[in-house]
Amino acid sequence: MTKEVQRLDRVIIRFAGDSGDGMQLTGDRFTQETASFGNDLSTLPNFPAEIRAPAGTLPGVSSFQLHFADHDIMTPGDAPDVLVAMNPAALRANVGDLPPGATVIANTDEFTRRNLAKVGYASNPLEDGSLAAYKVSAVPLTSMTVRALAGFDVSKKDAERAKNMFALGLLSWMYNRPTEGTLGFLKAKFAGRPEIMAANRAAFQAGWNFGETTEDFAVSYEVRPAALPPGTYRNITGNLAVAYGLIAAAELTGLPLFLGSYPITPASDILHELSRHKRFGVRTFQAEDEIAGVGAALGAAFGGALGVTTTSGPGMVLKAETIGLAVMTELPLIVIDVQRGGPSTGLPTKTEQADLLMALYGRNGESPVPVLAPRSPADCFDIAIEAARIATTYRTPVIVLSDGYLANGSEPWRIPDVSALPDLAVRHAAEPNGPDGAFLPYLRDPETLARPWAVPGTAGLEHRIGGIEKSDGTGDISYSPANHDLMVRSRQAKVDGIARGIPPLEVDDPGGDAEVLVLGWGGTYGSIGAAVRRVRRAGGRVAQAHLRHLAPFPENLGEVLRRYDRVLVPEINLGQLALLLRGRFLVDVISYTKVRGLPFKAEELAAVLQEVIDRAE
Amino acid sequence: MPNENGSRPGFRGLRLVPRAETAFTAKQAKSDQEVRWCPGCGDYAILAAFQSFLPELGVPRENIVIISGIGCSSRFPYYLDTYGMHSIHGRAPAIATGLAASRPDLSVWVITGDGDGLSIGGNHLMHALRRNVNINVLLFNNRIYGLTKGQYSPTSERGKVTKSSPMGTVDAPFNPVSLALGAEAGFVARTIDSDRRHLTGVLRAAADHPGAAFVEIYQNCPIFNDDAFAPLKDPGQRDLRLLRLEHGEPLRAGPDRGVVLGEYGELVVADVAEVGEERVLRHDAHRPDPGYAFALSRLDQPAFEHVPIGVFRDVERPAYDELMNAQLAEAAAAEGRGDLAALLAGGDTWTVG
Repeated sequence: MTKEVQRLDRVIIRFAGDSGDGMQLTGDRFTQETASFGNDLSTLPNFPAEIRAPAGTLPGVSSFQLHFADHDIMTPGDAPDVLVAMNPAALRANVGDLPPGATVIANTDEFTRRNLAKVGYASNPLEDGSLAAYKVSAVPLTSMTVRALAGFDVSKKDAERAKNMFALGLLSWMYNRPTEGTLGFLKAKFAGRPEIMAANRAAFQAGWNFGETTEDFAVSYEVRPAALPPGTYRNITGNLAVAYGLIAAAELTGLPLFLGSYPITPASDILHELSRHKRFGVRTFQAEDEIAGVGAALGAAFGGALGVTTTSGPGMVLKAETIGLAVMTELPLIVIDVQRGGPSTGLPTKTEQADLLMALYGRNGESPVPVLAPRSPADCFDIAIEAARIATTYRTPVIVLSDGYLANGSEPWRIPDVSALPDLAVRHAAEPNGPDGAFLPYLRDPETLARPWAVPGTAGLEHRIGGIEKSDGTGDISYSPANHDLMVRSRQAKVDGIARGIPPLEVDDPGGDAEVLVLGWGGTYGSIGAAVRRVRRAGGRVAQAHLRHLAPFPENLGEVLRRYDRVLVPEINLGQLALLLRGRFLVDVISYTKVRGLPFKAEELAAVLQEVIDRAE
Repeated sequence: MPNENGSRPGFRGLRLVPRAETAFTAKQAKSDQEVRWCPGCGDYAILAAFQSFLPELGVPRENIVIISGIGCSSRFPYYLDTYGMHSIHGRAPAIATGLAASRPDLSVWVITGDGDGLSIGGNHLMHALRRNVNINVLLFNNRIYGLTKGQYSPTSERGKVTKSSPMGTVDAPFNPVSLALGAEAGFVARTIDSDRRHLTGVLRAAADHPGAAFVEIYQNCPIFNDDAFAPLKDPGQRDLRLLRLEHGEPLRAGPDRGVVLGEYGELVVADVAEVGEERVLRHDAHRPDPGYAFALSRLDQPAFEHVPIGVFRDVERPAYDELMNAQLAEAAAAEGRGDLAALLAGGDTWTVG
């Protein structure tokens, strides 16, 4: 039987099921297949903070959304074209996001009276006509998996657990994905348990074969590879890109990497990843708390290492005092804050960008710290290297504001040519710099205003540093009013001066005649970019710019802001960048905010943008 | 410890630290900073003993790092011409951990006090000891907050009247030695600011110990808690109260009394004539289980009746920096030194164009 193949330019699929159904794994595998096929893609995992909420309940629903296309795309997509619902809870939690005409593939085995009642369905939505707006494929995924594995030496429970691989096989057939990667993956993952390996591979194959033979699925789809710029690509999440960026930064600076960290969602994967790379000389220290994590990183930096700490909002709060000490001692330190919903424990597994003002101002005294924010998962690699450049060049702590969306989301990453990465070689101070062989630990470089980084073990440069105000030059304790004023201003001038070494803010304004600028920062780049495309396709004129340096700002920012009649600033907070822009540049930007723990939808931003454009005209 | 002629093996705790070609002098150990403690402060005596002792380490001055927190004692690093950091309240053990773990070639000393080390920094202290980071922690215990002018500390005796406890404290105090032994520190000792010889001997033993060494130093604060340790310094009483710990020697408190095993494994001080000389325990600092040393540390109850000083415990186990570095070496030996380009290009890749 030859089935019809339809060509699509893009598809959004959401896998949803119970926390124990393996939806993250399923989504990740589909993503890898899609990546190796050469589509552009973007992903959005969405999982509960609970490890295992009660089975079949709404709080236990875990999902993974993937957007893939034959062209360059910027977001995981607003609304799924296809929802795979492994149980009634997964349907209930996600059906509201579906546009009319979307496909629902539901695992009928789980649509029992009991499971329906658990999530408040009085009748079975697969049968009562309430899903009439959608194309519903009711498939008994569990029982078909169990039947397919009848001859295998696995328990019924293990057979049932392989239903996610059956679903993956079916979807892989539907979208003509290459299967070698997943088969190889299963082989490696279950190398120690051959019977489980065989069962999962068979379930995957059975799902594929089911698609090919059943009359329920008459059509399969083709999404051709995207014409991305030439190069070798891999799929990468933001957390992995941060980890790789830090390893690269250590190689480029010639410094050993030291990570002091305490487990916290959604930053822990950076600790996990770096702990695997000991052969690069990477030392990872799982501390007793957030404070010790950053303390140890600063101690290692005092000893000449590239000191890094990784955390999320609640941990950032605890690190503030040590970051202040790093400001005072003027030692290089990289602080990665993977932002999540706050305040307090907030939404551990959801995204937000509400730590900006804390990063800038959340310390006692005048405590300037450079702040950077990656704009996409892949950009996390470059931003980690940029953080290391600034930290080591200017002898300062640097805060990087990633977020939960970037951390767990993924996109294709063009693997850089290592030889083309910047040379950041660091030279520690080796000789006295003062009169009569004296060493002046706070004598500043006239260009960067950085003080020398003299590490223990260097003869003749013995010196003491600490949190008490330092005398200019000698670094001795000083309570002199004039000296304090000088040092406060010097530290600020040093951080302000970093702006001279960063590229000017680029504005994307194809026609050069836009009156409205949309300015974002950090993880909203994809959503804003997709919204801008929509508006332009509809004939709207809009300029887009995106900040990666939040402190100091690029030198041309004020000029860019003043160039446009209106500036829209969308943020996943209550207007923190907007506050800074108004205060700093006296430009009355239009703040658009939403704090739902999720990225902006492109459609929503496009509407807001259009409204601002219409008002301007 | 160094041989008579000064040749290696040297201090075992410094085996990864380079040897000084020419020894520096005690005078060179002093920085040019004016020492600013109150007249009569016990810190002066400790500083003088430490400055004289430092050259004995036999390592270059530049390989010595002193890290402190906040408090009167934490001014210590400023007065020594080595590398140093006067950090933030309670965090010195954490900062020192990062330094010591990444730089095995340094001799790292943490200077802290009863407030800094046991109150705000208690968590870091116990974890540094548990991990056996190669640092020497000197905790100056004056049983009071000095720098903030006289509030009770976590070692102040219950009922103490201070600025913040006008009716007497209701807190129970920590016994720092018991606490360190509870964290299974490999080296735990106690000494007194006024006994320079004993103090220097304990510093020597601490430096010799590889891994974390914890030393409690009874230190007098003449302004806010004067004579806190007077019974241990008074010539008429001290020999009856002080129990000088010497490895292999009988545990004697004065001429008539000795330490014997009690019914439930606790230690008690008894009249030797009554129990017999043979029941008096000989001190064994090398017992692998910390239980005996812990029992010793409880002898000071009630207050100062019998206070053991000297080395309670000296048991070697692998130091944190050595274990961490061994893993790096093992990984590099097994898979080869990491290759950045290969790492970045790992995983599933595809090529365009």
